[in-house]
Amino acid sequence: MKAFTRLDARAAPLPMANIDTDQIIPKQFLKTVEREGLSRGLFYDLRFDGDGGPRPDFVLNRPEYAGAGVLVTGDNFGCGSSREHAPWALMDFGITCVIASSFADIFDTNCFQNGLLPVVLKPEEVQALMGECLGGNHMVSVDLEAQTVTSPSGKVFAFEIDGSRKTKMLNGLDAIGETLSAAADIDAWEAGRALTHPWLERAG
Amino acid sequence: MRGMAGKTLYDKIWDAHLVAEQDGEAILYIDLHLIHEVTTPQAFAGLRANRRKVRRPDRTLAVADHNIPTEGQGLGVGAVADEEARLQLASLERNVADNGIEFFPMGDIRNGIVHVVGPEQGRTQPGMTIVCGDSHTSTHGAFGALAHGIGTSEVEHVLATQTLRQKKARNLRVMIEGTPAPGIGAKDFALAVIGEIGTAGGTGYVIEYTGDTVRALSMEGRMTLCNLTIEGGARAGLVAPDETTFDYLRGKPSAPKGGAWDIALSSWKALFSDPDAVFDREVRIDASAIAPLVTWGTSPEDVIPVTGVAPSPEAFPNPDKRAAVVRALEYMGLEAGQPIASAKVDVVFIGSCTNSRIEDLRTAADIVRGRTVAPGVRAMVVPGSGLVKAQAEEEGLDEIFRAAGFDWREPGCSMCLGMNPDRLAPGERCASTSNRNFEGRQGRGGRTHLMSPAMAAAAALAGRIADVRDYLR
Ligand code: SF4
Repeated sequence: MKAFTRLDARAAPLPMANIDTDQIIPKQFLKTVEREGLSRGLFYDLRFDGDGGPRPDFVLNRPEYAGAGVLVTGDNFGCGSSREHAPWALMDFGITCVIASSFADIFDTNCFQNGLLPVVLKPEEVQALMGECLGGNHMVSVDLEAQTVTSPSGKVFAFEIDGSRKTKMLNGLDAIGETLSAAADIDAWEAGRALTHPWLERAG
Repeated sequence: MRGMAGKTLYDKIWDAHLVAEQDGEAILYIDLHLIHEVTTPQAFAGLRANRRKVRRPDRTLAVADHNIPTEGQGLGVGAVADEEARLQLASLERNVADNGIEFFPMGDIRNGIVHVVGPEQGRTQPGMTIVCGDSHTSTHGAFGALAHGIGTSEVEHVLATQTLRQKKARNLRVMIEGTPAPGIGAKDFALAVIGEIGTAGGTGYVIEYTGDTVRALSMEGRMTLCNLTIEGGARAGLVAPDETTFDYLRGKPSAPKGGAWDIALSSWKALFSDPDAVFDREVRIDASAIAPLVTWGTSPEDVIPVTGVAPSPEAFPNPDKRAAVVRALEYMGLEAGQPIASAKVDVVFIGSCTNSRIEDLRTAADIVRGRTVAPGVRAMVVPGSGLVKAQAEEEGLDEIFRAAGFDWREPGCSMCLGMNPDRLAPGERCASTSNRNFEGRQGRGGRTHLMSPAMAAAAALAGRIADVRDYLR
């Protein structure tokens, strides 16, 4: 997984609540067997009209937000389907940080598996940031080490993050490798389980 | 004090699967890993790239469900018209063969929607931890198993380690009590819960459903209830196992047999929340007060009784919600204040992991028997698995549906997410027994109203959203 330390980038405001993963990447893009190339489908129905032409007023189509690395959006972002294609599509598009007042649980976990940082700010802070990003300057800076977001006008918002997730993110650690370092514990646990739950050993 | 109190069912299952803790995260053992074609190719690729093996192929079961066509399945994967879907299915076949994982391929009578197949095979059992790269894995909580959806990186993690790194969630008890009126069932209770707590209301919680109404539900009903848990934001929902659970499991292909059954049973009987267990939050639902429910908007929390009207944006003080309501009304092609029962439907879909089990089909067939689908309505039934389909055919349900004008299809996810050819056209309105009414979920521009199988059957007959109570016998 890619490490995330600090990001200075344009932030695109998307002021909608409850954006589900079907909207982040619709079903027709889930037939791939690859992780790459998914930016094509990102926010497809919002970005493109029925004929596949870009909708000029959608934020990610507007020239002033070209190359945005941060998305600022509404409550409960990423609800619905567990598809990890959602963070893959965001990252493939170049967005490595999403700021919202809350995230859906599975999406949140999926972000951390990939080095995409979900930042939770208070609703009024998200509002303020959104307001600034709608103006002429959209450059924000996100510092994971310091746990701060600095707005275009220089306002600093602090955010909370789980300690172990922070460490993994900062170092780009592979969760599987880490868990495998506890392989002896898993072996022992499994052996014990076979004694207390013998019928499960017959399953399959 | 929390430490002194008894344990909830969730606490018990959690504790029983805790392998180790590493920098603040629990390593939780996974008893059963269900996989399907859409969320696994990248996980197997990751394993190959890192020269890792599947740790417990015997704890893994694969099905093909999300993108398969619902006709001509017997012709095999080679005959699937959509090239990308065909590739994805072929990739699953190769991955399960390479790793010695049991697999029910498309066309096998045991194949079907992953959350229908696991229970029906007796692979889903009380007290287990179960994961799958699909958010509706919460379904299996109906058996008193801790079951939830995971992303593809976590699928890879479970394949490699048979464990998952987790933070413990909080406990939320949802008590459903009272005798429901005729025509009202599990889907209505589930929608009532989501309407009550909202789509993010359960975030960070595991829900345990209790109360006499839940106890009275069949396993099919409990699965419907737990299935929709994720739409309320909670990862997992639980119902403590009881005689209904044990009766369902007895004799299922992978359920324990003989002496092993007795050992398992005594272990399962200890799976309940202690009377002095403390829940972080409680919600009560009065089942006797529930009318048949439908969704009017584009979020599962947009729930109203079938006798209700589409809301008016002014009724919402929160400006964001007001904007969302305006957008949803426009997308759904509804006027504020319009009676929902006046909305004409173009399509009726009875299926999905929420409502495609035998009991769902029986309930719908009961409404449909001897009646006809309204002119111009495209109505389809997609059984949850080959076994459900066979059972329904044995009971003659297929004949009832066909005679009424329904299309009787082969099993799969189908129009629940429209990855296969079963889709809504832009602007089409659908009465659906599935679980998500998001914009474009069933096809770009498609308009989905979630409801129970009985309500969907009534909508097919009326040609509009209708009150099932007018169709009861
Ligand atoms: S039926 Fe729908 S919700 Fe259920 S597993 Fe299939 S796609 Fe997911």
